Amino acid sequence: MKKQDIPQDESNLKSANMTEVVYVTDENDNYTTANSIGWEAKKLALDESLELINERIEEAKQNVANNIVSPVIYFMELNKMDFGVLSSYVGMWQWRVKRHAKPKIFKTLSETVLKKYADAFGITVEELKNFEGK
Amino acid sequence: MELNFEHHQTAHCENGVASNLLLNKGLKLSEPMIFGIGSGLFFVYLPFLKVNFAPGFSYRPMPGAIFSKAAKRLGIKIKREKFSNPKDAQSALEKNLENNVPTGLQVGVFNLTYFPEEYKFHFNAHNLVVYGKEDGKFLISDPVMDYVTSLSEEELEKVRYAKGALAPKGHMYYPVYIPENINLEEAIKKGIKDTCKNMLAPVPLIGIKAMRWVAKSIPKWAEKKGTKVTNHYLGQLIRMQEEIGTGGGGFRFIYGAFLQEAAEILKNEQLRELSKEITAIGDLWRDFAVDIARVYKNRNSKSNIYHELSKSMLHIADLEEAFYKKLRKAI
Repeated sequence: MKKQDIPQDESNLKSANMTEVVYVTDENDNYTTANSIGWEAKKLALDESLELINERIEEAKQNVANNIVSPVIYFMELNKMDFGVLSSYVGMWQWRVKRHAKPKIFKTLSETVLKKYADAFGITVEELKNFEGK
Repeated sequence: MELNFEHHQTAHCENGVASNLLLNKGLKLSEPMIFGIGSGLFFVYLPFLKVNFAPGFSYRPMPGAIFSKAAKRLGIKIKREKFSNPKDAQSALEKNLENNVPTGLQVGVFNLTYFPEEYKFHFNAHNLVVYGKEDGKFLISDPVMDYVTSLSEEELEKVRYAKGALAPKGHMYYPVYIPENINLEEAIKKGIKDTCKNMLAPVPLIGIKAMRWVAKSIPKWAEKKGTKVTNHYLGQLIRMQEEIGTGGGGFRFIYGAFLQEAAEILKNEQLRELSKEITAIGDLWRDFAVDIARVYKNRNSKSNIYHELSKSMLHIADLEEAFYKKLRKAI
């Protein structure tokens, strides 16, 4: 990429006051570096991915409200986790975490187990227990 | 306590940490030099491994591979340590700081407080340097940042003990031995040969063959999984290509810069030409990303768009294959 072609599109980097380094060529075809504040193509891909995550969070919220899944699923989605990541944070097998996703089973969980989830999500046990999807 | 450490921003975290740590020891190697010697150019397709609900693509080798390979080829020794207990990890780090050793860390990105919110994913192979501690906070040189930052003890522990795939487990590393005389020419040649071998590998999951597999899959995804899923997969392809320090188009340019430097050192004009060639290929990867982005923008774009994207990626794969074959002969 030529130095003069480097995109300077406003992007998500702005929120952290960041730019990124790109290797570009100058007028004599020699390599140098330049900073960019962002690139639209990349921003669109990132936005698409975040949109998908938000859809999943919204769906999980609805499902908690309708008593289809437990709050574990909502907070898992909210923290951009999947079962694999969550199970390693709480130190339990995936099948156990999947069981705890059922509202009926979730209601029977001990404080100790709830605490593990609450810690993984960075919330209190009360917040976890009392989340009703609203 | 603050060590005498120079922060330089780089395009990719692993090369950046490596080049910043070595510079601190008096060995001046550019980011592209580390990248080239460490055979950083790569492509791998892992269709069965789902990352962020899409297949795994990567334009880079396994985390740690670039620095390890570069160090081995340069005769440098790096010490790597992991700790099962976070408290041990912290005291080992503090001991290093007391001994004037800036230290590289592998960390998870999700809890990096200074990163933009949108970039926080459960990706655990980010790299940064801790170069001091002041008022209870660790001083951080994160190579993809313009400026140095800091993290509290608690914040640093969180990122060092991120869980999930590639969990860092407190991984820290630092050079312990740098030879007086470095045979740069030999290291460059080894790096180039290895890159050609990987990219031309006769297995379907890596290199050119993997690119072709992905390219041929694009229309099939559209047929079987519908546009929404296909667009998400393609988005993942761009993000892996272009997001902070992941590779792709940007990596081709770093490699171009490497070949230009290598041409001087090896006095090999052919490498200078090949540098131009990989630069042109990098531009095509960027165009490819723009074409994918266009699919998002005009939601009802023409129906053969996925075939066209597939064709462009196959074309890039052809050009890259020719490039590595020439490169292999050039050294």
